[in-house]
Amino acid sequence: MNTPAMHTVNLVKIYQTGGLPVPAVRGIDLRVERGEFVAIMGPSGSGKSTLIHMLGGLDTRTSGEIWVEGKRADTLNESAWAILRRQKIGFVFQFFNLVDNMTVADNVELPALLGGASPKHARERREYLLCELNLTDKADAAPAQLSGGEQQRVALARALANQPQVLLADEPTGNLDSRNTRDVLRLLGEVHRQGQTIVMVTHDARVAGLADRVVTLLDGQIIDDGAIAPTRRRPKGGAGDVVELRG
Amino acid sequence: MRLQLLALLSKEPAHGYELKQALEQIFGTAYPSPNIGQIYVTLGRLEKDGLVRSVDVEQSNRPNKKVYYCTAEGREALDEWVDSATEGPRVRDEFFMKLVLAPMTGIADRMTLINRQRRHYLAIMRDLVELAQQTDQDNRPAHLLIEGAMLHLQADLDWLERCQEDLL
Ligand SMILES: Nc1ncnc2c1ncn2[C@@H]1O[C@H](COP(=O)(O)OP(=O)(O)O)[C@@H](O)[C@H]1O
Ligand SMILES: [Mg+2]
Repeated sequence: MNTPAMHTVNLVKIYQTGGLPVPAVRGIDLRVERGEFVAIMGPSGSGKSTLIHMLGGLDTRTSGEIWVEGKRADTLNESAWAILRRQKIGFVFQFFNLVDNMTVADNVELPALLGGASPKHARERREYLLCELNLTDKADAAPAQLSGGEQQRVALARALANQPQVLLADEPTGNLDSRNTRDVLRLLGEVHRQGQTIVMVTHDARVAGLADRVVTLLDGQIIDDGAIAPTRRRPKGGAGDVVELRG
Repeated sequence: MRLQLLALLSKEPAHGYELKQALEQIFGTAYPSPNIGQIYVTLGRLEKDGLVRSVDVEQSNRPNKKVYYCTAEGREALDEWVDSATEGPRVRDEFFMKLVLAPMTGIADRMTLINRQRRHYLAIMRDLVELAQQTDQDNRPAHLLIEGAMLHLQADLDWLERCQEDLL
């Protein structure tokens, strides 16, 4: 079998802050193939953010294993994780995490430059991503001057700047109105078709509908994991079929 | 379809085929194109109820055509329709029935029921996303209809999540 882009073995996270231990992730075996788009769903508090942070090395595991492209990663120290992220992983945080004293353009170009891209290539990639996300005229703005939805889209552009092996994202459409969500959906669909591996926590069924597979968490465990099968009635192109689809 | 036809006729008298064309023009592909037989059947019922009346109009080298117009009673029915709030979406559905009855009878596992239903809704959502991409951007009614369907589906999914949390 091919080496998966990422996989975990019996991954566990127990938070221990003061009083009682809080088991947030309880034994997760997840395998993500290269080029696959996996959506992670589940109610608030079910462990989605904890899981995706561990996958990106942003939170330490309590026990279990994390593998990135066939290499053990959970045993890496912080600086080794930072290098791994720079080379292979794009991460979109639920709350953006943009660098405040840099322009939008520099925020997006930085990861590509750090990853070793030429300045010309980094600029072209930035221009492409900002254009796709309808942000071209914000290139010279500071993040603080942007709305939440705009910052969220910049964070997505930044995560994709490097053409990472794996894109990890925690609710990247949480702050978007429906028009902006449409831009994000279009870009995600496009990079996925180009072969981008994506693991994305989302509450938005439109985003999940783009995924190849949906993993559902409940109380720190996977309770469902499967491909989204086509419906019996595929749309034939007329919006009139909406009525049929609902029927 | 009764009230759509009545609304069109309150604007101006028309014959069956004109009504079909008008509906198609207004809603675009957002609603399935009404079939002409259905339109005539509905007009017949409206006439029987006194909400519309018809006159025969002579045509030179073709059979007479029936032109329908809205009566005062029809106008009243229309006012009553627009002035009353529209029924909300269904709250009881077949899935809910299965979910409640499953544990009582042991016919199915509720976790499994909910998981299957979620996958089904997500597949419908995927179809809707595709449909939106294929639909002409200028067809506003169609896009609004699709967006409405998506929002309803999102609510259905949120509710499934609530049901599942309740099983813990
Ligand atoms: N830093 C933390 N310290 C203690 N408990 C935490 C911390 N982060 C998350 N938790 C707890 O872990 C559980 C899972 O949280 P989280 O992964 O954020 O869930 P989700 O993203 O699905 O809403 C929750 O019960 C939450 O309260
Ligand atoms: Mg979260």
